[in-house]
Amino acid sequence: MTLAVPSRAAASRRPGAGASPSRVGRPRLAWALPGVLFFALFALVPMAYSVYLSFTGNWGGIGSPQIQGTSDWSRLFSDSNVRQATVLSVELTVLSWVFQTPIAMLLGVWAAAKHRNRAILSAIFFIPLVLSSTAITLLFKALLDPNFGLAKTLGPPIGFANGNILGTAHGALFALVFVGSWQWMPFHTLIYQGGARSIPEQFYQAAQIDGAGRVQQFRHITLPQLRHTITTSSVLMVIGSFTAFELIFLLTNGGPGNSTFTLSFTMYENAFSYFNFGYASALGTALVVICTIASILMVKFTGFGSMRSTREGD
Amino acid sequence: MAATTTSPTDEAQARGEALRAARRTTRYRLRRANHVAGGATLIWLVVIVVPLYVMLSVSFMTQREATGTGMLSLPSHPTLANYKLVFRNGFLHLMLNNVIVTVATVAIVLVLTVPLAFAIVRTRNRLAGTALRIFLLGLAIPQPVIIVPLYVMIVKLGLYDSLPAIILPTAAFAMPVTLLVLTGSMRDISDELYESMALDGASPARMLVSMVIPLSTGGISTVVVFAGLAAWNGFLFPLILTQSPQNQVLTTGLWQLSSQYGVNVPATLAALVLSGIPMLVLYLAARRALMAGVVGISGR
Repeated sequence: MTLAVPSRAAASRRPGAGASPSRVGRPRLAWALPGVLFFALFALVPMAYSVYLSFTGNWGGIGSPQIQGTSDWSRLFSDSNVRQATVLSVELTVLSWVFQTPIAMLLGVWAAAKHRNRAILSAIFFIPLVLSSTAITLLFKALLDPNFGLAKTLGPPIGFANGNILGTAHGALFALVFVGSWQWMPFHTLIYQGGARSIPEQFYQAAQIDGAGRVQQFRHITLPQLRHTITTSSVLMVIGSFTAFELIFLLTNGGPGNSTFTLSFTMYENAFSYFNFGYASALGTALVVICTIASILMVKFTGFGSMRSTREGD
Repeated sequence: MAATTTSPTDEAQARGEALRAARRTTRYRLRRANHVAGGATLIWLVVIVVPLYVMLSVSFMTQREATGTGMLSLPSHPTLANYKLVFRNGFLHLMLNNVIVTVATVAIVLVLTVPLAFAIVRTRNRLAGTALRIFLLGLAIPQPVIIVPLYVMIVKLGLYDSLPAIILPTAAFAMPVTLLVLTGSMRDISDELYESMALDGASPARMLVSMVIPLSTGGISTVVVFAGLAAWNGFLFPLILTQSPQNQVLTTGLWQLSSQYGVNVPATLAALVLSGIPMLVLYLAARRALMAGVVGISGR
């Protein structure tokens, strides 16, 4: 099974390009207009509208929103619930990353090599990719039911005597990490598989001639060569788990108590349980800012590292 | 004399021996490494398979058997009662809505993004780069963070609680990845082809229809799969932007059914199995296109 990601890197040589100023047959920019406008209306306007709504106090959807000042933002920075939700979102994100990245990398490197049974195994392995997160989460909710589910059998050996994993705060957090990973592991494995496939075989042959061991090869070839893959996968993973909503909504619904109120779930509760759209929009805007900064930092940080490590690689 | 004649062969033999030994250890190392990664793969395979097995097996059990003998055993008297119950509870209607939403989303995405990608790749206008960057920015917007303003907008547009309320934002959110994939495959078409068509006096529309689209089928099938999966599996937009039972799609319907069934876990699992079947069939039929679609975002 080869991954059919279209190779856009394929260097298409264009001898005539630039030399021919011909405008014949070139579409006008107007061709792009419908698409740009549609995207702007349903993705960019909401973004800007979110910023606007975050200055409308506790507007709840009745009448038209009026600018009220920065009350939502000052509340945001002093709200102990938001502080707790931030800590929880960070915990969820870090645990998900720590759990998924090493396994996905290992599985991706395995899947990139040629094996006899790989086709059959990977056919099963990638099934979670096509199931909806709704179906996956509801499946695990049934499995984790302390009275009927597998949790009754599996709970005691891992430290939950009565099998009520979802009934404790840290059990619920681990369940969220695990179910999220169950769903996304194949996706990240595919990313790592693509990355591992593009490492030239000669690197390993050269390392073997120099007598480098398996661990050394991994440290000095595989890891540096996968740097961009790690960045891609990590950015997606971090943003995905930091803003995860469906998983929490369907598996724990913020519970037990309010122990799994992440930032996005707190935002949802403020909007659709307390009908405070102003405050919810401030939370949403803050989430976008955090995600953007986090991904820029990750790209900058690892981009710098990769330049140094390719030179060290040989 | 004897020494001089034998020494090269000895040397060659020794070198051959060393090479063979080296190859042996190399092979050994590779095999050992495969065992580490292979072991991890097998463990994760079990982690994947057990929940899927339980889902399938328990969906054929009676409620009494599922709670009594536990979920890991095979059903002793397989029954279709759970599946019949799910169909009686309007499952086909959910399926129909899901098909409408998915087909409409894919159609909108293609109609808007194919000309857009063509324009961005071929136009001489500098603004094309800006347009592409705007869409790249869109890649970083997760759905949950704009749901509140989107809800307000959809209500104001009078679209609340209708299928278009799901279709339009779903299509918009599928566009950035779609655009990346399509501009990629259209850039792979060589300039000479474009120029020879231009020499024949072909209009941009003619070029798009008779050359660009046929040569981008790989990219187009990837984006069909990507947008189709996003629409088929989406939960947040239907949850927030629709309300009444007749506008429920598969995901919100499953959520509804599972809370309605409560402790009747086998019925919930039967509904989950049914909801997964269309995508599983597609998965087995077109695994490569599907996986390319899933990782469309990372393929750039």
